[in-house]
Amino acid sequence: MANSYHAVTPEILAELQKVASGHVATDGDINPDYSRDEMPIYGTKMPEVSIDVQSTEEVAAIMKICNAHNIPVTTRGAGTGLVGGCTPICGGVVLCTMHMNKILSYDLENFAVTVQPGVLLQQLADDALKHGCMYPPDPGEKMATLGGNVATNAGGMRAVKYGTTRDYVRAMTVVLPTGDIAHFGGTVSKTSSGYSLTNLMIGSEGTLGIITELTLKLIPAPQATISLMVPFEDLSTCISTVPKFFMKHFHPQALEFFEKEILVSSEEYLGKQVFPRKIDGKDVGAYLLVTFDGDSMDELDSIIESSSEMLLEEGALDVLVADTPPKLKDVWAARSSFLDGIEEQTKLLDECDVVVPVNKIAPYVMYVNSIKKDYDFEVKYFGHAGDGNLHIYECSVDMDSEEFKKQVEQFLSKIYQKAMEFGGQISGEHGIGYGKVHYLEQAVGPVNMNLMRGIKKAFDPNLILNPGKVCTDI
Amino acid sequence: MNILVCVKQVPDSNEIKIDPETNTLMRQGVPSIVNPFDGYALEAAARIKDKDADGTRIVVLSMGPQQAEVALRECLAIAADKAYLVTDRKFGGSDTLATSYILSKAIEKVEELEGRKFDAIFCGKQATDGDTAQVGPELAEHLGYPQVTYGLEVTAESDGLHVCREAEDGTEIIGVQTPCLVTFTKPSFDPRFPTIKRKLAARKQEIPHLTIEELTNIDQTHIGLKGSPTRVKRTFVPPRKKSGVVIKEETGEASAQKLYEMLCNAHVI
Repeated sequence: MANSYHAVTPEILAELQKVASGHVATDGDINPDYSRDEMPIYGTKMPEVSIDVQSTEEVAAIMKICNAHNIPVTTRGAGTGLVGGCTPICGGVVLCTMHMNKILSYDLENFAVTVQPGVLLQQLADDALKHGCMYPPDPGEKMATLGGNVATNAGGMRAVKYGTTRDYVRAMTVVLPTGDIAHFGGTVSKTSSGYSLTNLMIGSEGTLGIITELTLKLIPAPQATISLMVPFEDLSTCISTVPKFFMKHFHPQALEFFEKEILVSSEEYLGKQVFPRKIDGKDVGAYLLVTFDGDSMDELDSIIESSSEMLLEEGALDVLVADTPPKLKDVWAARSSFLDGIEEQTKLLDECDVVVPVNKIAPYVMYVNSIKKDYDFEVKYFGHAGDGNLHIYECSVDMDSEEFKKQVEQFLSKIYQKAMEFGGQISGEHGIGYGKVHYLEQAVGPVNMNLMRGIKKAFDPNLILNPGKVCTDI
Repeated sequence: MNILVCVKQVPDSNEIKIDPETNTLMRQGVPSIVNPFDGYALEAAARIKDKDADGTRIVVLSMGPQQAEVALRECLAIAADKAYLVTDRKFGGSDTLATSYILSKAIEKVEELEGRKFDAIFCGKQATDGDTAQVGPELAEHLGYPQVTYGLEVTAESDGLHVCREAEDGTEIIGVQTPCLVTFTKPSFDPRFPTIKRKLAARKQEIPHLTIEELTNIDQTHIGLKGSPTRVKRTFVPPRKKSGVVIKEETGEASAQKLYEMLCNAHVI
């Protein structure tokens, strides 16, 4: 699917400036952040032109010009992605949606909210609470845009109970690569009306169309929330408790696991120690962090009592309770800063975000541990234990960059292969972007890849939108 | 060592908003928490108990309506061995002097019920809803105890308590004989988390209520609104200050120069 693109000539630039007057940047005026996301290991590239888009109609006019001239276009939000998804690897035009950041309207009778794609996750979460509602998707990066969340089908901590972003998208306005404006979905609870174009768009990582408006589903905000910090001596005892939460119908809102090392780097980053490192003289090796939500504290009391009983029987060193707003904030701040903690202590960084069946987490982590010693980089991981999604980071401060990439490639091939053997998938929530295309191809095979390429071609006949990502080559 | 920690239930100040039209507090739906400074006082007591579990008893005392029991149960879950609630409609409207008087009488009663005297009374330096920082020192006066304010950390030694306290230019350590009263400010650490076992036990624990019936030693002319000498003449919302100016030149020297020029132009210097 190789393609040769047209450069942005002064004439084309003039056309773009005409339809997007005042917010088109070129050369040195382009924000350098637009050359990358948070994972520059997959390469960086400055676009020829960047446009801070303002409206659906403006995006449509831009796309008509770019499609006519065969100019590659890459859409970005806050650039918090981790797979090079918004890196304009073919140059061309970058469209940034951060200025389309208004919460447009609430439809509280239908529990829906309509937003522009540049609204930040934190912005919607806070605003929805003021309306007595919760927007359940809760990825660690709260400064990501909702457009980006939908484009990657972001998951997050609450996915174990509430599902991923996909489950909360009701409708969207999309500008197709041809410049046509389309509306997918509706504010309805069910639909059986042809192929779900909404669902095709979700997780398409900016390769099929540009989301310019979203109608998202909300739920009534839970009245009570409580978290348990559960220290264990070792990781295997810690992880082996996970399936029991489901077998005993405890329905946690979030169920995270992590080892002491990653917690220490996060707490050092925040400058505050929250989790205990020793219990009754025993060193803590790993932790579970569990949250339950419900209609009242009384309802939650019996759940935390039964789940704590189970945890202590299964070898937890203790169960500590975060039941007040400041304590809840402290424990989750530590968890939310894992990536920041890693980034601060690392020069070279790569990651994988495999997802395996919940009962395979323990053997999978043991496998990763057994091979990591064969490599010169450090391996740090944590995960959404409740849905089998693991974030495995390869980190180095002193390796040669090329050697790092070579060794990481070998390591990732092995652990992706093992994930597939266990019935897993390449990415739980970060996406494929640019960095994981060849791993996806290895994992799903040519039949699935060709289906995806056919879909891509149907939306984007000239293959101008976010080239080189998910399923296309450059 | 027997330690009594005084705690108050306050609205979570992070959640409080002011109605922009009436300029009054919007209390509806605001969760109640243990006054954070009282939490530090409780943690200080818990740290003494960590070193001498068998020889330390921590009792918490609160004055307030029935729902303050929630705050006391939180303290029981964190570290306290026993809790008492001072509650009576007649105590309502008390200012800091009347409150500290009632607390001093309640402490006498609790000592009688417990069958022993307290070696130390720990308080938060102030409550985040009233911000007076008066109740602790007034309580020490009513009890006739020496007091150390702005405590950060405390250790029990053979000659009494050693209190590391916040001072103008750093910290100082003061030795104080028991019985005494210490008020606490924010230290470098947070109060510990309750364990599930303590939390479940706290849920079931009986919390005795001390009403005017039990506190027979109280002079009723010194309590409630009538017994309070404080008169609130007027409350008002201070005018909003204009936002400050950020001076950020390329170097610190250039910033200082710019500040100097701005102050000269404003005829401040």
